[in-house]
Amino acid sequence: MSAPTLTSVEASPNPHAHSARTASALSWAQIRGAMPDALRKLNPKEMVASPVLFVVEVGAVLTTGLAITDPSLFAILITIWLWATVLFATLAESIAESRGKAQASSLRATQKQTTARKVIAASGTSKLTSGFTRMATEDVPSASLAVGDVVLVSAGETIPGDGDVVEGAASVDESAITGESAPVIRESGGDRSAVTGGTVVLSDTIAIRITAPAGSTFVDRMIALVEGSERQRTPNEIALNILLTSLTIIFLLAVVTLQPFAIYSGSPQSLLVLVALLVCLIPTTIGALLSAIGIAGMDRLVQRNVLAMSGRAVEAAGDVDVLLLDKTGTITYGNRRATDLLVATGATIEELAGAARLASLADETPEGRSVLVLIDEKFSGPGAEPLADILGAELVPFSAHTRMSGIDLAGPDGLRIRKGAASTVARWVHSTGGVTPDQIETLVDGVSMTGGTPLVVAQQYGSGPARVLGVIHLKDVVKEGLRERFDELRAMGIRTIMVTGDNAITARAIAAEAGVDDVLAEATPEDKLVLIRREQAGGRLVAMAGDGTNDAPALAQADVGVAMNTGTSAAKEAGNMVDLDSDPTKLIEIVRIGKQLLITRGALTTFSIANDIAKYFAILPAMFMVVFPQLEVLNIMGLSSPESAILSAVIFNALIIVVLIPLSLRGVRYRPVAASALLRRNLLIYGLGGLIAPFIGIKLIDLLTSLLPGIG
Amino acid sequence: MAIGQISVLLIALAAVHLPLGAYLARVYTSPKHLRVERAGYRLMRVDADAEQKWSSYLFSLLGFSMASLLFLYALGRLQNHLPMSLGVSAFDPAGAWNTAVSFVANTNWQWYSGEAAAGHFYQMAGLAVQNFVSAAVGISVAIALIRGFQRSGTDGRLGNFWSDLTRTCVRVLLPMAFLGAIVLLATGVIQNFDSHTAVQTVTGATQSVLGGPVASQEVIKELGTNGGGFFNANSAHPFENPTPISNLFEIFLILVIPFTLPRTFGIMVGDKRQGWAILSVMSSLWLASVALLTWAEMSGPGAVARAAGGALEGKELRFGTAGSALFAAATTGTSTGAVNAMHDSLTAPGGGVAIFGMLLGEVAPGGVGTGLYGLLMLAIVAVFVGGLMVGRTPEYLGKKIGRQEITLVALYILTMPLLVLVGTAVAIATPAGQAGIQELGPHGLSEVLYAVTSAANNNGSAFAGLTAATPFYNTLLGVAMLAGRFIPIALVLALAGRFASQRTTPTTAGTLPTHQPLFVGLVAAVTVVIVGLTFIPVLSLGPIVESLT
Repeated sequence: MSAPTLTSVEASPNPHAHSARTASALSWAQIRGAMPDALRKLNPKEMVASPVLFVVEVGAVLTTGLAITDPSLFAILITIWLWATVLFATLAESIAESRGKAQASSLRATQKQTTARKVIAASGTSKLTSGFTRMATEDVPSASLAVGDVVLVSAGETIPGDGDVVEGAASVDESAITGESAPVIRESGGDRSAVTGGTVVLSDTIAIRITAPAGSTFVDRMIALVEGSERQRTPNEIALNILLTSLTIIFLLAVVTLQPFAIYSGSPQSLLVLVALLVCLIPTTIGALLSAIGIAGMDRLVQRNVLAMSGRAVEAAGDVDVLLLDKTGTITYGNRRATDLLVATGATIEELAGAARLASLADETPEGRSVLVLIDEKFSGPGAEPLADILGAELVPFSAHTRMSGIDLAGPDGLRIRKGAASTVARWVHSTGGVTPDQIETLVDGVSMTGGTPLVVAQQYGSGPARVLGVIHLKDVVKEGLRERFDELRAMGIRTIMVTGDNAITARAIAAEAGVDDVLAEATPEDKLVLIRREQAGGRLVAMAGDGTNDAPALAQADVGVAMNTGTSAAKEAGNMVDLDSDPTKLIEIVRIGKQLLITRGALTTFSIANDIAKYFAILPAMFMVVFPQLEVLNIMGLSSPESAILSAVIFNALIIVVLIPLSLRGVRYRPVAASALLRRNLLIYGLGGLIAPFIGIKLIDLLTSLLPGIG
Repeated sequence: MAIGQISVLLIALAAVHLPLGAYLARVYTSPKHLRVERAGYRLMRVDADAEQKWSSYLFSLLGFSMASLLFLYALGRLQNHLPMSLGVSAFDPAGAWNTAVSFVANTNWQWYSGEAAAGHFYQMAGLAVQNFVSAAVGISVAIALIRGFQRSGTDGRLGNFWSDLTRTCVRVLLPMAFLGAIVLLATGVIQNFDSHTAVQTVTGATQSVLGGPVASQEVIKELGTNGGGFFNANSAHPFENPTPISNLFEIFLILVIPFTLPRTFGIMVGDKRQGWAILSVMSSLWLASVALLTWAEMSGPGAVARAAGGALEGKELRFGTAGSALFAAATTGTSTGAVNAMHDSLTAPGGGVAIFGMLLGEVAPGGVGTGLYGLLMLAIVAVFVGGLMVGRTPEYLGKKIGRQEITLVALYILTMPLLVLVGTAVAIATPAGQAGIQELGPHGLSEVLYAVTSAANNNGSAFAGLTAATPFYNTLLGVAMLAGRFIPIALVLALAGRFASQRTTPTTAGTLPTHQPLFVGLVAAVTVVIVGLTFIPVLSLGPIVESLT
């Protein structure tokens, strides 16, 4: 039960540390570290899962036999490079996994066995919501906690397991999980009740009802995920593997049947050469990098502090057609801000500004503070009352009952100021015998029409009739740069729908300002669910972010449901991703990562297949030039000898895997443009590039291998 | 000459395919039955309005084909007892099997010479009927696949096989064949029931000339991309193909339905641009093949051929080199197999192009129906790779290409190379296979490769040279024809069923566009590269080595 040390915080998955590591190329240390695991993966039992590599390994075993029974430099070199091909493939996977392993070990540090203070009488008190802190406790090992147990955790103690706060509030250090060092508040009730085992309470005492049994907590799942131990092939990866397998079978057929044709033509080929040809033709490049690409895709999410509970969700993210975004906190800053003062007839701007300022001086809400900021910036003038006046004043806080807030000054005049919704302030004014001018109604409607919230300000001296001074225009402020991001999404073919509890007019005004495509106004959680179902019935994939318990059904229904880490356990359970930073705009980034994952697979598949053309030009003339000297025409690379040509092709085939490991870990560059532009670009780079690169590469290698005695 | 013919042909095809494509779409979507069709359904005791799932559609198709096969086998074995048998003897079991498979599978490979071994009744009641129905089977499968794309979230029903089969015959093939036969008669193709007539030749010798119902059979031979000739000389025979005009018209007949079906596809899936894209792939591949073949034959090997205006060996002078090259490109690009010249005598590169045209899987433009579904399968492979490169799970026409879909497509893509490579290897490695080879060296390999390729792709044309009328080749090629026809059909129908039950994903800006030139290029490239990579080793020892000699 120790507070986290500085080192453990540093070792935690800090997004910045990770991005720095990604940017750098492969280091020798990384390769050395991954090597033992890469060698272990050579086990044929593991290799069968990837038929392409299995064929290479079988080929390498065969040539090893040949190199032993009939040794020659050519046979030995081919054998060495075939083994290198397999090893480079397993190395790629091991390097991809090694990043996750480092993360997992730092997470494990949070999993130390702790002692929990379990409330004895709590079992069978599931309906109880208070009074736990006064109950008797017993010390039990954290591993023995069961779902439904209630434990007490005080300042300085580590939370023994995942759960919901059922009583009290505390600040919690979650840096071990999120990498974010600023403590967060966790309190009972509401949407910020979930706590994670392994995090540390910094202040106060809270009662926590355990929601996950030991061994399947959030951290356990996180470790399994980043380590890749639970990695299952995703649907698209499986589909691609099937395609690659069928290509492998086709090439196997082409090479196996080549021997009878070669015998007929009077030029039987050695097994060594046939194996070399086969390995060069089958899609080894993508076959070798396929799992590394998948692991690295998940890892890119982890680097951005998003945990995907399944690889399927990451792939689905690339396919998303519709994004549901909550207005508050995602599209707008979440707090309305005062943007203008509108004066009523018979009042002056100074009066209004002064009254609004006074009424807001003691208002600690962001809205209240924004009124002060507005007045200081735009309306500061002689109307500002000296601060001394409010000493001894009585604050009237906002309550659900009165739906107004304000201030009653103590002075002889007995100045009372109220601000609030138009209808409630009007009622107050009438109750004092005052009247609201008709013009106020126009002002209020004007503000509402543009999506703002009108706050009417009125004041009363003594027991005289109250007088309306004007209207404060409160507005939801849309975050900067969102319009551009929504434009990007539109270019990618993704529709954005803003979800809000506001009325339709307000919602539409904000939607227009933010540039979203559609609005769901006055939305209840049920509406959200209905909307998702309707979109899905139209064949569209839906992504959303949410944190509340009432978001849980929608999160579960969505194809990509991103739960905020600050949210409730129910939400985290329902979603298929958790964002540790609790930033709902990250949905956009998740979509990009999903697309990047798929593009990387497609690009390297194209590259791999395009490579084969050059290899034919290298190997076929080399095989048959002895009987058919006219095939020399096909030796357009001018390779020095048959042995050198074949060896160069095999070496190129192996080295290209190593060259492409960084790309497969980093992912192909993705820009949010229309699909046709994306296809053109990638076909040009990976299709045409894949066609040309091996001609150059094989020629360069040939220049070196031709120097070898007996080869060149 | 070459350019003129091709231009006339292209203009005619372009003009006909629009109305014909729309007509075909109506044929397969109309809810009404004709009276004659109703009578047929009553006779067959089928409910033509009952929609079938893919499996039941397939079983109907296989059952029908199996019955046809047995019927044709029986006719062949018993043909000496049939009326108008012209005194021919019965086929031996291997020969009867081979011919039965060959005509049921729309291959129409002929190990026998038509005039010497087949009687009129066998030709008309057996072979000509299969020319119609086997073509109709191919078109039905293509239509079923289109319905798979068309439907969304259903229980996987694809229409009714009996209805598709009957309508194709009654509303499409019969009327078109009737019109076509009249045109052929006008060009001089014969139509009678004459048996052998003795005629005096110019040199004074006596020759026995056979008549027969040729025009009626010739027209469906081309229209249904069948290819089995009434005479051994096939479309080189003056009774089958008397003039350059009839030659061009027969080429038109070969190509018209394969080049029309993309239009039907575009109309039925509700996006004509998709049809244009498929048509563009087919035509660019086919035109490339025409250009290469024409160049190869016109520039001929050596100075003699160049002086004569092309390689003339094995060609009919009345068609000329260009007319022969164009016919060769049409017959190997579709799975027709009719020939108007000896393909064995094509120049080495020309023969290579002809083989490559078949190895493409008969998709440029391919056989009736088979061409469309074959190319759609390749389009799915292109979509799979291209779709990934735009960052989405690949989808074609709103249908996601997941694990099961790609498995079916992969098996489809595997079938033909498996049959061709293993079949050729077995033939080349066994004494029985080697016995049939006429010319040793690379050309001998080309002969065997051509024969097996032709059978596995249901083309049916022969390179000649190869003596294939042996039990070994009859059996081997029979297996290749049967497997090469019905395994792909089963896979296509299974895929169509999956598509029909899959919900269609709406198109967005993020969807891979499948109607743009870029996609056309991608599909063409995928087709050529996959075929090229698979067959370059064997081609390099046959036609490529020959060409470089």
